[in-house]
Amino acid sequence: MKYEERTPQLRLKLEGWRSRFVLVLAMAGFAVLAGRAFYLQGVDTGFLQAKGEARYGRVVEMPASRGTVRDRNGKPLAISTPVESIWADPDDLEADAREVASLARALGASPGEIRQKFASKDRQFVYLRRQISPDRAAKVMALRIPGVFEQREYRRYYPDGDLTAHVVGFTDVDDNGQEGIELAEQSRLAGTPGSRKVIRDRRGRIVDDMESLRPPRDGEEVDLAIDERLQFLAHRELKAAVARHHAKGGSLVILDARTGEILALVSMPDYNPNNRTGLTPAQVRNRSVTDLFEPGSTMKPFTIAAALDDGVVEPDTEIETAPGHMTIGGWTISDSHPNGLLTVSQVIQKSSNIGAAKIMLRMPRERMGTLLHDLGFGSAPRTGFPGEAKGLVKPWTEWRPIEQATISYGQGISVSLLQIARAYTIFTNDGRLLPLSLLKRDTRPIGKPIITPRAAREVTRMMESVVMPGGTAPLARVPGYRVAGKTGTALKPENGRYAEGKYVSSFVGFGPVSDPRFIVAVMLDEPEGTRNFGGDVGAPVFASVMGAALRLMSIAPDAPQTLEVKGAEPGAVEARAAAPGGAG
Amino acid sequence: MTRLNLLLLAAVVACALGVITSQDRARRLFADIDAEREAAKRLDEEWTQLQLEQATWATHKRVEDVASRQLGMRLAGPDTTVIIDPAGVPVARAPERP
Repeated sequence: MKYEERTPQLRLKLEGWRSRFVLVLAMAGFAVLAGRAFYLQGVDTGFLQAKGEARYGRVVEMPASRGTVRDRNGKPLAISTPVESIWADPDDLEADAREVASLARALGASPGEIRQKFASKDRQFVYLRRQISPDRAAKVMALRIPGVFEQREYRRYYPDGDLTAHVVGFTDVDDNGQEGIELAEQSRLAGTPGSRKVIRDRRGRIVDDMESLRPPRDGEEVDLAIDERLQFLAHRELKAAVARHHAKGGSLVILDARTGEILALVSMPDYNPNNRTGLTPAQVRNRSVTDLFEPGSTMKPFTIAAALDDGVVEPDTEIETAPGHMTIGGWTISDSHPNGLLTVSQVIQKSSNIGAAKIMLRMPRERMGTLLHDLGFGSAPRTGFPGEAKGLVKPWTEWRPIEQATISYGQGISVSLLQIARAYTIFTNDGRLLPLSLLKRDTRPIGKPIITPRAAREVTRMMESVVMPGGTAPLARVPGYRVAGKTGTALKPENGRYAEGKYVSSFVGFGPVSDPRFIVAVMLDEPEGTRNFGGDVGAPVFASVMGAALRLMSIAPDAPQTLEVKGAEPGAVEARAAAPGGAG
Repeated sequence: MTRLNLLLLAAVVACALGVITSQDRARRLFADIDAEREAAKRLDEEWTQLQLEQATWATHKRVEDVASRQLGMRLAGPDTTVIIDPAGVPVARAPERP
């Protein structure tokens, strides 16, 4: 008997559509799968590719370094080197007491401090120590504590320390410029970190580039006009002078008399940018740029230049300055020493306030008002340095006669040392005012004509007599070179009136006179002692800085006869000169 | 027909192996170049550190300190300098002796 006959259930005949229905259902299922597969493989290709890439592709950050700041000879003044920052993820952290202790030792911290940082469970990122040397970081990472990571960063170092602190400034811990050039040139110096997508193999090596998402861009290098050697000289001399006179502060500017480049810019008190704990705002301020003072007699050359240009006076015109004081509109102005009858040249040489005032009052107010404006007083020097002071100059339309008189000798007007140094470029460039630059210049600017070349020459001659015997600043003389300059001693205004016994002593000069190369401006704030005139305080600083600068740059002396060759017989000099290399 | 198919299959397999080999070689080379790039970057960083070190050793303050304290040198002042013109003739005369 057949099987079917023995089992009656199998004899039941199913209806044919049922099996067909199942078949169609199965086929439809396959069709949907095939369609989906086709869609993923052929139409929407990106989805699967992205999923695949996510399995083996990694985005790698590419750090960029901040540009170097260099002086005009290429010496680095601010440079970034890599350091590591150690951070931890408190969530992932697994460390027993012994590990915490060795970690603390490697980081140079107390175990309690580290434990406290680990305790912040709600955070996923906590710095254990920022910016340590790569060697030390390697020791920390060698402990292999899970949840402790390192991160590459760049730290800024200033090899010259306090020397260029005020010019270069500094950056914060996140590498953003905070002061000085670091702030002014932030956009050029800052690098842009990039990233790229790569394939890593199982050993963590990068085996292929998938795409460069953003190429990293290192910061540009910035070449300053500053000459580090001159900066050093200026810094040393100013620091000594501030200490010698117990001054509250001081500043010094050296300009290239031909190009208007700022070769040195020093400010006291200073600070070390590599260690900025306990830094006060007074230390950070670049006084030459941001601080205003009443310049005093260093303004007289401009008054005289204007008068010569207008034909109001000639260099040998005589001015009566006796009896040494003069009353204008109820106010009395006076000379420090009564002088009597002086020529215009002697007004500069002896620094007579009465003389300058009388010459000023022969000109219309507008003349001096326009000149001061043209010389850049009352507007920022636009060197790009942050926080440049504009200076305070009252509009000439509001000058009363007494104000016009005092402005002739630099009282009643506030300027920055940088502004006054810049204004002196008219005497070194045939009457043309040069624009200043903190960055190295390739071309020599032409400058804006302010006074005639003749007036510039005549006033220079008068300023040369200032450093001669009989002038106010014989201490500014530089052996071997002809130099010219002007002293300034001004009372400090405090709460609207002049404070008794508080002075600002300054000296602005240039040399060598036959072909000026440097302008040196020096200012000391409240020097102590009785001898606080510019000729006693500022002039010696000028002389030592100018002399050293001229010798350093091997500039030929234009007055060699003033050199005193001591202890050498004429014959010995010749013998030494004849020996090869003898005179070095 | 079957033989041709087998031949083509063999060719396809050979090509596929070739692709694998060259891909592997390309990746090895890439790993090499990447290692070199890393090395270049490390050297670059070392260079900045050396620059920094040189700049620190060569600051004027230190040079002056070493010259004047350790070596007992001093700056040639105007009194010990003789200025000569390009022909070698001294231009600065010694003052007349009494």
